[in-house]
Amino acid sequence: MHHGIPRCSLNVVALAGFLAIGAAQSMAVDEPVIRITAKKFEYSLRTLTLKKGVPVVIELTALDRLHGFNLPDFGVRSDVVPGKATRIRFTPDKTGEFVFFCDVFCGDGHEEMSGVLTVKD
Amino acid sequence: MDNKIDRRQFLKLTGLGGVVFASGLSGWANAAKKSGQDEFYFVQLSDTHWGFNGPKVNPDAANTLKKAVAAVNALEQAPDFVVFTGDLTHTTDDPKLRRARMAEFRDIVSKLKVKEVRFMPGEHDASLDRGAAYQEFFGKLHYTFDHKGVHFIVLDNVSDPGAKIGEAQLAWLKQDLKQMRRDAPIVVLTHRPLFDLYPQWDWATRDGAAAIELLMPYKNVTVFYGHIHQEHHHKTGHIEHHAAQSLIFPLPAPGSVPKRAPLPWDANQPYKGIGFRSVEADVKDAYYKTVELPVPKG
Repeated sequence: MHHGIPRCSLNVVALAGFLAIGAAQSMAVDEPVIRITAKKFEYSLRTLTLKKGVPVVIELTALDRLHGFNLPDFGVRSDVVPGKATRIRFTPDKTGEFVFFCDVFCGDGHEEMSGVLTVKD
Repeated sequence: MDNKIDRRQFLKLTGLGGVVFASGLSGWANAAKKSGQDEFYFVQLSDTHWGFNGPKVNPDAANTLKKAVAAVNALEQAPDFVVFTGDLTHTTDDPKLRRARMAEFRDIVSKLKVKEVRFMPGEHDASLDRGAAYQEFFGKLHYTFDHKGVHFIVLDNVSDPGAKIGEAQLAWLKQDLKQMRRDAPIVVLTHRPLFDLYPQWDWATRDGAAAIELLMPYKNVTVFYGHIHQEHHHKTGHIEHHAAQSLIFPLPAPGSVPKRAPLPWDANQPYKGIGFRSVEADVKDAYYKTVELPVPKG
């Protein structure tokens, strides 16, 4: 398992063809982990670029209060809890630009808490 | 007394003009056969966001709600009741300010001549404290009432900050529906869309499908909601869902632009996209006609 991937080199990952959430135990050893922190009203990464067909683990941690992470085009969502790393494993199976956002109402500015995932061939 | 109102008469009475949308099982022409007891109309106001400050999208925010109240009071024929479908106030982290906004909102809408006024929360009112302040000012988060043969169900899909109705409320809904005939006219009032309108903008209720499943066996169900700050009409099976405009700022059509941001105020067309709605109910045919009404500019 890789740790501490720099934010500037989050482009790409490995392979597979299914989607699983919170599957840290069954992670392949070479799957990279993208770490994102969440706080009012932003994620530490507002853009992500991944490769189609390549599985990825996104590790989310909240810094202040409960947030959410929702990537509806891939059926991916999770609560993001303060002080606890939440892992989401999924494989992008289509290319394009897709919105992810906080779906746990967190205050005035909640509607701005979003980012864009770009999936390339 | 015959309370029946036809569309032209209604628009004349309001002096406002508006956009008409007819829905239901039969044509409006059938309404002529009905007696006054079979028909009534109510007014839906939504997403007033009292306390919002954003001159670029609504430089008249401090007056918009007051103007809407005046417009409702100016209706020559009073509605049977008025309903606010959530986001009465704009959110704040400060519990004192939240309560101050709710008190101001309550004071303004107390000027409505219509004395039957129904409320429900939006996420801006209730998500940060799970509806604690809201309940102090406006009462229950979910409830039912009956009016002239129509069973109204107010569903809360916002006091859980994750936009869920929740198992307990779904069980309550199931129990409430058990007493209803399968052909009973039922109207659901709620804040967020119960269906996946546009999940990419969080325009959905996480467990809304469970509520729709419970409602589906009933033949005459119509949903009125807010949240998306625009008129919108949709059907899930035979169930119709009608979103109302906001009384603070409009939002873009679902997915029409990359970001869900308020549409800017147009000085040449002030109050464009902002307004409220009348709903004329024909009880026997479970038929509803909505008329979208603007806020007077003056």
